[in-house]
Order: sequence, then structure tokens, then C-alpha cells
Amino acid sequence: MTKRLNALAGLLASVFLTLFGLVIVTFLIGRVMPIDPVLAAVGDNAPQEVVERVRQEMGLDQPLVQQFFHYVWQLLHGDLGLSVLTKNPVTSDIARYFPATLELATAAVIVAALIGIPLGVWAAVRQGSWVDQTIRVICLAGHSVPVFVLALICLLVFYAFLGIAPGPGRQDIIFQDMVPHVTGLLTVDSLIARDWDAFWDALAHMVQPVCILAYFSMAYITRMTRAFMLDALRGEYVITARAKGLPPRKVIWLHAFPNVSVQLVTVLALTYAGLLEGAVVTETVFSWPGLGQYLTVSLMNADMNPVVGATLLVGLVYVALNLLADALYRQLDPRVR
Amino acid sequence: MLVDIQNLRIAFETRTSVFEAVRGVSLNIGTEKLGIVGESGSGKSLTARALMRLLPTNARVTADRLTFDGVDILKADERAMLRIRGKRAGFILQDPKYSLNPVMTIGRQVTEAWRTHKGGGRKEAKEAAIDLLAQVRIREPRRVYDLYPHEVSGGMGQRIMIAMMLAPDPQLLIADEPTSALDATVQAEILRLMEDLVSQRGMGLLLISHDLPLVSHFCDRVAVMYAGRVVEELAAGDLSKAQHPYTRGLLNCLPSLIHPKPRLPVLNRDEAWLKS
Repeated sequence: MTKRLNALAGLLASVFLTLFGLVIVTFLIGRVMPIDPVLAAVGDNAPQEVVERVRQEMGLDQPLVQQFFHYVWQLLHGDLGLSVLTKNPVTSDIARYFPATLELATAAVIVAALIGIPLGVWAAVRQGSWVDQTIRVICLAGHSVPVFVLALICLLVFYAFLGIAPGPGRQDIIFQDMVPHVTGLLTVDSLIARDWDAFWDALAHMVQPVCILAYFSMAYITRMTRAFMLDALRGEYVITARAKGLPPRKVIWLHAFPNVSVQLVTVLALTYAGLLEGAVVTETVFSWPGLGQYLTVSLMNADMNPVVGATLLVGLVYVALNLLADALYRQLDPRVR
Repeated sequence: MLVDIQNLRIAFETRTSVFEAVRGVSLNIGTEKLGIVGESGSGKSLTARALMRLLPTNARVTADRLTFDGVDILKADERAMLRIRGKRAGFILQDPKYSLNPVMTIGRQVTEAWRTHKGGGRKEAKEAAIDLLAQVRIREPRRVYDLYPHEVSGGMGQRIMIAMMLAPDPQLLIADEPTSALDATVQAEILRLMEDLVSQRGMGLLLISHDLPLVSHFCDRVAVMYAGRVVEELAAGDLSKAQHPYTRGLLNCLPSLIHPKPRLPVLNRDEAWLKS
């Protein structure tokens, strides 16, 4: 019991330290950037006294330490400041943009895992055969074709020529703001509202970007799964399982695969976290109002509060996913319990 | 005759060359205890694995005859092999640290072996597994049943391995250096346990080892392998009458407590041993 409490305390301490580091880094990002947030707010042509007044209002004339405490104080109150560009609080902006990314990333990582893991296992089991080679080529293409090329070709073929896929964006204009906002995930919200037309529309809009993102993630997941499985299949316990007279299917899925699942959790968590950062290029091509777009547009416009806010969120996502992966390790591997 | 091996050859093909690791081994095993001794790379493990068709896929196996209880291992399909592996021949590997699945409980691994060949329900299998664990003289079988392999010692791990392989009541037990990863005191216990269980059940035993005195002590017959061949085969009691210079050389290298030698002799290899 005390052992478990100790482990919990250690975990909390490490989470706290990570978060503290995150706060420091995000604070510094806002200060070391060669961007004057005051000028960004008031514009280049503002008179000197306006610039000075705004500087005082924003507290930027105070010493760094004081500014830092002010920043932490604001964070603790859930205040990330205002966006110059959208004129909204950054928190409400993120609440609007992040669900779009969350929806896309979650769907993509599920699709990628459901296809990538079996493919990787299959490639490892048939190492060196034509199956392995074919899967290798598919994955190589996934690694090397630029996203924007594939995304544009997709739009061109399925939207422009064939007309079987909806165009860019999250939903058709007629469904805009028709579904009450609950989670921000359009598919879930429309299900809650039992609006089937809106649901199918939202789902259809997701198909292309999800497939593109899933393809790239799948390439990585497949390659890693194959490598892990090759290693596991060489294990002595696999010989034992075969010597017991188990059919190959059971040897692979009941004996070799559970031994790679811990490593796969890491791969999946990192993939998911990477997708949650927002896929800037994919989001741009498909006009997807996600976190990646929000972050990029803010950065281009020297709008620092959203940049810091979004960075903080991405950091939090990583911490949360790491915690989740940690908990899963304990579930999957008795040796780390 | 349980196992009949005539002129078994195992070769490994690489891109540039072919290496023949086993070069014409002939052996018979009945309901007896046969020991195979030989140095690393002499082909003893490969011979045993070929019998259960557990060799890596790049191994080329040929033989004039390779049968298990009348079943032709060379021609048998995978389904026929599944009825031999585990069910009729058990296979114990060297180090339980690696040969037991680290993420499965001991109970699950033993019940799996039992249920695969005997069918039956979960409860029945659990009772059978606990009984098997008791048979290999594990003191608290019910507690051990729920443990993971990393929570038990090497000796206990090897007992579990034996329990698992005896679960489907096989006719032959192949033990590939079952004690080389264990302490000397535990070694004797495990071998005695195997000997007892094998005689109780009237099974055949194929014991692979590089420990000549140990094998001659526990087995009825000993086959000495060198460079992919059986160079000498004799009754365990006749070891002192060994003819082949390799066997004699090995015996000569043994340190003795009664007549200690200041320096142990070195085994001088003869090119001619490779031919014969």
C-alpha cells in the first residue's frame, strides 16, 4: 500500500515538474520572440503615448519575475489573454478550434491503428515474402509522399472530378450552427441532437482528411509493429508456444503480440499526440478549422497569446497521453507493476 | 520404436553459401532415456528441433527416414504436426527466464497446454494445472498458479516448464539443456524430477546436454555428437570403454577430486574426425 502511495506521489511530482517546465517555456516563448506584442496589438502607426499606455496596461514595463508571477496567476485562473486577431479570449478560441482537431486526430489514429497493426503483424509473420514487400512499398509511399500532394490529389479526384466526396471544411454550409454545441465534436453533437443528416454530413467531410492523416500514421505504425513483432517472434517463448502444439494464429496473437503491445502503446500515444498538435498542412488543404491552423495563423500575425495558449495545450496533451500510456503499461506488462 | 532417424541432414542456406550443420545423424529412441552430448554447434539441438519441426524457416532438412511413432515428419502437414507437438512429444528449453511467456500467468500457460490437447472446461483445466504443478513438487501450487514467470526462481521456472510439457501426457520428452541455466544444486533436483516423472509415466526421454558425466548418470544410452555427426553411441555404463578419440579426450579433460591433476589436458582435435 505504501509502495503504491509512493509511486503515486512520484508520479504527481513528475507531472508537477513537467507542467512547471511547460509554464516556464511557454512564458519564455512569449518574451524571447523578436516580436513586440504591444506593436502587434496597437499596430505600427500608433502614436508613441498610446504604445506606452498599452505597454503599461499589458504589464510589460514590469520586471520579468513579476511578469512571470502575473502569467502564472492568470493561468491558475484559466485566463490565457485575448487574441488580437479574433478579439476573443484565447480559451474560447481554443474551445472552438481544438475539438475540430480532436475529432480528426482521434478518428485518424483509430483508423491507422486498426489497419496498421494487423498489417505490421502480417508483414512480420511473412517476412521476406511478397506480402512483406508489398506492405513495405505501401508504407514507404506513406513516409515519402508529401501530405499536400496526396491531399490535393484526393480533393481533385474525389471532389472535383468524381464528385463523390464533399469539399473542404467541417460541414456543409446548410448545417452551419444547426446542431447545438455540446462537445464541439460535430459527429457526437449531431448524434446527441439526433440530427442524422448533420451526422452523415459531418462524417462525410471527415473521410478525406482522416484517410490522409491515417495513411501517414499507419505507415509509421505498420513499420514499428513489424519491427517489434520480428523481435518477439524470435523469442524462446514463441518456440515454447509452438512446441505446445498451438496453431500459428494462437502463437502469433496470444503469445507474441501481447509482448509487443507495451511498445505499441508508446507508438500509438506518440502518434496520437502528434496528430493532436494539429496537422497544419492537411488542415489548410481541407480548410479544417483546427488547432494547427489557429496556431499557424496566429503565429503569422505575431499574435502571441494564442501561440502561447496553443503551445500550453499541446504540452498538456503530451503530459496526459504519457500518463495514459504509463497506466496502460502497468495493465499490459506484469513486470512494470 | 518411438523415433527413427536415418541419415538426417540439416543445412542453412545464405545468399552466398550453404552450411551443413547436421551431416547424417542416425538415432533410434524407444521408451528409454537417451542422452545426446556434444559441444556447442555439434548439431544436437538442431537434431531435436528437426524432430518437432521447430527449425527456422531457412533450414533445409533432408533424411532417409525421420519418423515419430510411424508418422513421417518430413512429409507430415502442419495439422499433423500440431497433433505431435505438445500432445505426443514435449519440448523443454534451456532457460525458463526466456522460454516462459513473460506477460502470461503461469496458470494460464499450463492450462493452455492442457486444454489445447485435452479440451475440457476452464475449471477442470485449472484443477488439472494445479495438480500438475504439485506433481513437479511445487509447494504452493495454488499461489504459484497466479504468479507471473518473473516472480519465480529459475528452478521453479523449469519445474513449471516440465509441468506444462507433461500436461497433455506425451510419449516422449525432449529436454534441450534443461539445467544449464540453473545452479548446480538445482540441476540435480530438476534432473531427478524429470527422471522420476518419465519412468512413472513410461515415457521416452531425449536429454541434450554438454555435460558428459551428468548425462551418463541419468540416461540409459549416450550418443556423442561432433561436428554434425554421431561419432559414438554406447550404453551409459560403458562410458569408460569409449572408443572414439573425441569421447576419450572429453573424459580425459574432466577434473577429478580424488586424483587431482596440476593441469588439465587440452583436447587436441583431429581433422579425421570430421570425415569418418
